[in-house]
Amino acid sequence: MSPLDDKQASARTASGTGAGIRTDLRLIAEMVEPGSRVLDVGCGDGALLAFLSRRKGVDGRGIELSMDGVHQCVAQGLSVIQGDAETDLKDYPPGAFDYVILSQTLQAMREPRTVLETMTRIGRRAIVSVPNFGYWRIRVQLLLTGRMPVTEKLGYQWWETPNIHFCTIKDFVVLAEEMGIRIERCMIVNRAGRVTGHAHSGLANLLGEQGVFLLRRD
Amino acid sequence: MPGHRVTLGVDRPMRLDSGAELGPFEVAYQTYGTLNADRSNAILICHALTGDHYVLDRHPVTGKPGWWEMLVGPGKPVDTDRYFVICSNVIGGCMGSTGPKETDPATGKPYGLGFPVITIGDMVRAQKLLVEHLGIDQLFCVIGGSMGGMQVLQWAVAYPESVFAAVPIATAARHSAQNIAFHEVGRQAIMADPDWAGGNYLLEGTRPHRGLAVARMAAHITYLSEPALHRKFGRNLQNRQTVTYGFDADFQVESYLRHQGITFVERFDANSYLYITRAMDYFDLAADYGGGTLSNAFRKDGKGTPVRFCLASFSSDWLFPTSESRAIVHALNAVAANVSFVEIRTDKGHDSFLLDEPEFHQVIRGFLEGCAEHRGLTRTSRP
Repeated sequence: MSPLDDKQASARTASGTGAGIRTDLRLIAEMVEPGSRVLDVGCGDGALLAFLSRRKGVDGRGIELSMDGVHQCVAQGLSVIQGDAETDLKDYPPGAFDYVILSQTLQAMREPRTVLETMTRIGRRAIVSVPNFGYWRIRVQLLLTGRMPVTEKLGYQWWETPNIHFCTIKDFVVLAEEMGIRIERCMIVNRAGRVTGHAHSGLANLLGEQGVFLLRRD
Repeated sequence: MPGHRVTLGVDRPMRLDSGAELGPFEVAYQTYGTLNADRSNAILICHALTGDHYVLDRHPVTGKPGWWEMLVGPGKPVDTDRYFVICSNVIGGCMGSTGPKETDPATGKPYGLGFPVITIGDMVRAQKLLVEHLGIDQLFCVIGGSMGGMQVLQWAVAYPESVFAAVPIATAARHSAQNIAFHEVGRQAIMADPDWAGGNYLLEGTRPHRGLAVARMAAHITYLSEPALHRKFGRNLQNRQTVTYGFDADFQVESYLRHQGITFVERFDANSYLYITRAMDYFDLAADYGGGTLSNAFRKDGKGTPVRFCLASFSSDWLFPTSESRAIVHALNAVAANVSFVEIRTDKGHDSFLLDEPEFHQVIRGFLEGCAEHRGLTRTSRP
């Protein structure tokens, strides 16, 4: 389950229909070549995997921490194992997948760097979506109230959040560069779910609620 | 006895892992449902240590319902309206397949300890001959729990091209030292019974009932969990208000175990118990097929296994804990195999795979449906 999910659980339940699929998942799906091998890390109830296998004919696998999620996935015929991205990815051989996907979960990892490294090793490409802590509403909330921001997308109080490593779009771009990971494509999503700007622009960092990145190790 | 029986290994005997040869030999089996025209809907069910091929039928000795009635049948997760289900009694068993209590054609007497030591690999080899005898090239699925799960793994590794999907449940890729230890306790209990008569009890006209019952009692504890035992019995006393300060069955749990032991000896052969526990002890896929590395066992022609796997474990199973299933999942990941894995939350212990666990059943149903879709099995097969 994605750390953003349980407060907006309905967003991922329209499995496979495509209609109710979360915005970043729809954008991720657009980046995936038909017929490819995909690993969805933190695949939740399998909405994206189901969508990808039905619409794009991908050979999909998933890893999910929550038992409920895994049960829902396997019960609808998806190949999903119960496991933890930080311990259960290391066994896969290099290049085992065409795409390794991590949607809205990097910020909940103990070691996001290691996870990114592993993803770009076992996948020829990785697709990562991250919530942008530099989003203007968040900046304004912190500035005006002096308290940790709670938004619709980041709906947790500081003491209950599973998210432990927040970053801004700019932070993510810098980290990727440092790690020698090329950002092949980037989509910035604003509140209305529309794509604006470019990864490196300050405006994207201000207006984007989340970023979706297609990554490849150089 | 109800069911089918076939003689195999007639033209040439089956070579066993021990080097000995067995043949001709009998295999007792049951089938349910109908084999479709292209013979692509067959599911082989592998039974556990003291199980048999009466998956759905009333047991001919005990009169109890079939052991997997909850999971297998018309409209059930393993849907006999859709799939052709086969289950055979393992060789070494005592419900119709050749085992130590059957007559050795060479001597005209029961095999007894003259029966060759068998392995999980040998059991599966015999099943392969049966499946070929039934005219099936590829099984749609092989499914089983505990020792049955070991057979499933053996099938997938020894005959990957003959298995489309595999469902090993509450099992391990090798028998642990602790489990071998438990088995040894059971075997020693049987062999310590004077009525065992060096394994010749059938000729001597005795039966090692006491030893076998003790073996069953010890084993039965390992199939349960403390919460399950506690919920069922706690420290409640059996038909009395106070303890007797003696060795009667004061506690309900004691009389329950005694009852388990007594009913078991009615339906099981002591020498079979020795042979089958031994077969489990010897099981070690990594050593036998992977040069010590389990993932190598799942490689074929330099590639990962083509078999689609679904593993399930139970959170309170301490005989085959989740870590054993996870080790298999990791090995399958290492060859990028197609694998699903679920740990079912339950406090009922190892035996959960035989009990009413709706989440488990839902997972099996969903996995089979997903596989049927990939295999192109249509939903038409009601005869």
